[in-house]
Amino acid sequence: MRIRFLVFAQYRDLLGRDEFELDVPAGSTAATALEFLREINPHMRQLPSKPAMAVNRVYVDAQQPLEDGDELALLPPVAGG
Amino acid sequence: MPAPRNAWITAEPIGADSVLPLVGRAEDGALTLFLGTVRNLNDGRAVGGMRYDAYVDMAEEVLRAIVAEAEARSGGRVAAVHRVGELAIGDVSVAIAASTPHRAQSFDACRYVIEEIKKRLPVWKHEHYVDGDARWLEGHMPEVSAS
Repeated sequence: MRIRFLVFAQYRDLLGRDEFELDVPAGSTAATALEFLREINPHMRQLPSKPAMAVNRVYVDAQQPLEDGDELALLPPVAGG
Repeated sequence: MPAPRNAWITAEPIGADSVLPLVGRAEDGALTLFLGTVRNLNDGRAVGGMRYDAYVDMAEEVLRAIVAEAEARSGGRVAAVHRVGELAIGDVSVAIAASTPHRAQSFDACRYVIEEIKKRLPVWKHEHYVDGDARWLEGHMPEVSAS
């Protein structure tokens, strides 16, 4: 299934881009999709293994199941205000 | 239901006038305004400016939720706007207004909104220093229930 990854702030700086799409194994959760990403591309190992994550603009647990077409955002600790 | 567009993210300059007209009903006897601004010193280092990045679509949804919660808690009218992009010293980064029948609730509503912004708004600060250095400021790990 196809997932759109979004990365922000220091994570975007690490990867040199702010979004990309990737086919991940069916049945992936937010955590396993991130692990899949880190395994297929060594460059992605610069990302932390347990960042805050949001699916379709809502904060989720790492165990959140993903569906085809979901938008998975990897979020550094937030610093607004 | 909150009034439409009483919580948003913008790349345009903001200030008191951005939010004050959106609050204040005939029954309100108190109106509180909070402005967050970029300061020239952080951790003892001279700051030259700040860039705010955001997950804009999500940040607008989260800010709308925070403002709705503040209205429900206070029984008042609340509005908030957060800026993104390059800001200079003294620029307003966040503006919040709340109006309620009595003063305690309006102070509480403004305080609630800024504290929740710090905890859960997907926004990040890249601080530039006068000496040429720059860094992302440390933030808060948002809780999952905070959506």
